Amino acid sequence: MAANQRTLVTGVIGSDTHIVGNRILSMALEKSGYKVVSLGALTPAGDFVKAAIETAADAILVSSLYGQGELDCRGFRDLCVEAGLDHILLYVGGNLIVGKHPWPAVEKIFLDMGFDRAAPPGTRVETVIEWLHEDFATRDRDLRRALD
Amino acid sequence: MSAALLIDFGSTYTKLRAVDLAERRVLGSGQGPSTVATDIMIGMQAALADLERRLGGLPAFRYRLASSSAAGGLRMVTVGLVRELTAEAARRAALGAGAKLVGTFAYRLTASDINAIHELAPDILLLAGGTDGGNSEVVIANARRLGATGLACPVVYAGNRAAAEDACAALAGKTVIVAGNVMPEFNVLDIEPARAAIRQVFIDRIVRAKGIDRAQSAFDAVLMPTPAAVMEGARLLADGIGGRGGLGPLVVVDPGGATTDVHSVADGAPAANVVAVGLPEPRIKRTVEGDLGMRHNAATIADVAGLERLAGETGLSAGRATALLDSVARDVGWLPRTAEEIAFEQALACAAVKHAVARHCGTIETVHTVHGPVTVQHGKDLSHVNAVIGTGGAIVASPNPGGILAMTLADPLEPLSLRPAAPRLLLDRHYLLYACGLLNTVDPQAALELALAHLEPIAGENTHERTRRA
Ligand code: B12
Repeated sequence: MAANQRTLVTGVIGSDTHIVGNRILSMALEKSGYKVVSLGALTPAGDFVKAAIETAADAILVSSLYGQGELDCRGFRDLCVEAGLDHILLYVGGNLIVGKHPWPAVEKIFLDMGFDRAAPPGTRVETVIEWLHEDFATRDRDLRRALD
Repeated sequence: MSAALLIDFGSTYTKLRAVDLAERRVLGSGQGPSTVATDIMIGMQAALADLERRLGGLPAFRYRLASSSAAGGLRMVTVGLVRELTAEAARRAALGAGAKLVGTFAYRLTASDINAIHELAPDILLLAGGTDGGNSEVVIANARRLGATGLACPVVYAGNRAAAEDACAALAGKTVIVAGNVMPEFNVLDIEPARAAIRQVFIDRIVRAKGIDRAQSAFDAVLMPTPAAVMEGARLLADGIGGRGGLGPLVVVDPGGATTDVHSVADGAPAANVVAVGLPEPRIKRTVEGDLGMRHNAATIADVAGLERLAGETGLSAGRATALLDSVARDVGWLPRTAEEIAFEQALACAAVKHAVARHCGTIETVHTVHGPVTVQHGKDLSHVNAVIGTGGAIVASPNPGGILAMTLADPLEPLSLRPAAPRLLLDRHYLLYACGLLNTVDPQAALELALAHLEPIAGENTHERTRRA
């Protein structure tokens, strides 16, 4: 394990069994150099947080496909703050809400919940890798600035 | 004749078993008080004299091996990070090493936690936290806090490997043994290295610290805490040697004066279409129920089982049951004599065994997901074990040990509990499990055959249970 390797926790939240996209994503992230702690399908919100604590994860990537994402993800950021993970990077993606809603409205719901990024249906893994790259770079820059 | 002497320095008695290795038979047994508060050798000599009297002379022993739970047993405190993860893994490692867990802590140790640990005065502290390369902050902070106290006991460090050096530095001045992480990867349990480290500390230091080494002229080695010896015996009986000649998956239940211990040697994997959740289960698992002890904790057995029920099963009035309970709890040496007392003792043992085994075994529940019900399993599925072995005075002295062991069985009225469905019921009448666990270290073949030859099959006399199932 490289000393400065970033750790990501992934999983499918709630009673959701759609594992395919999450698995593809996890494998791609591992291949691009991340340490991935993959919790799989049917993962309660609290388990993401517990795993992130023990593994000192840098980001949590939550998948929700079955349309109940809004319910399952409510309070997710608060759980993290409660556990001392105030600044952990949080992404959510999949098929977040039932029915046809304009994406900006859906995105706003999840950003308001405290997620740093929300991915619309069909988001490609390459995009996710780019986001992580950008967001970690920004964090490093902010950290250096704070230290100077 | 090639003979071995197996010694158990117990909390109250020092017990001896002399066995003939070639003939695979028990030559005899002896017993004396455990005089650890004064000089353990006094009780040891009494036990040897007792054995000599029964045998009409002592043979030359090829091996003299001991286990100990004297002087309070191996008192341990465990510290981890997340309660359900590394803190739980640490707890299981300590129990698996045969320790008596006196305190378990999680997350950052507070000032009051530190005080509590100090007052508990453990023999060993197990410090875990973080997966390898994971969280190091908390385990290092906890090491610092512990390092700043006058805590004198050795510390076994079994946390994040990447934090080991800093943690050791923070614990400078204390004896620290670094073992492999109890949870090297998220949700991967690896308790064997910590268990081995704890056992080594026990042999190297605790035996002397407890004054058991004063009897060292009478033994070759004190190898492990007694619960670990029982566990080793159980493992040998289940697995045999090189995977052959054993009984297969099994459960051992041992109702003692202070606690009821349950050991299982079985993978406990879920049935087809059932999904296991939670931390992976160790194949060799020990649980200790501190509220189910036949003497010190008889009152809490009554709390758990219901005094009315205990009284009812025994045909006693509630007042009489309360009075009996009082005398049992007050006097560790209490022995039932009258028919009424014997019946009450039986009811207590049944309740302790029933609840301890039910807690040890896993459960299933149905979770309703959008696309229908899913069966999930918590803990180990022990419904298919081949044998349940009863050991300990309360079962051995019972006029109806089968009635007690029948309490371990699955009940059609509680289908969610994964207890043994149709095991053989066996009685360790000669209290040989610990002896075979010790003997296993020098002569496994003799140990296995000795145990197999002396376990007594008993009928699970519990007719209404049988008919209900039929
Ligand atoms: C296969 C499938 C199933 C299978 C799942 C098998 C399995 N174990 O995985 C089965 C048949 C079991 C199933 C069941 C159900 N399904 Co279905 N299912 C699908 C289907 C056809 C494909 C999903 C899939 O695997 N896609 C392929 C992968 C690669 O894509 P992906 O999951 O979207 O992931 C990609 C991205 O989204 C992104 N991504 C994923 N997670 C994350 C996370 C982050 C942080 C980021 C940044 C990106 C990201 O990366 C991935 C790679 O590009 C979709 C329709 C569809 N075409 O999407 C419906 C669909 C998801 N299912 C749906 C429904 C309603 C159900 C059921 C409720 C049906 C029912 N009434 O029983 C049940 C729910 C079961 C449950 N409790 O979970 C709906 C959800 C509706 C909504 N959200 O509004 C969909 C959209 C179909 C539809 N149009 O109605 N389903």
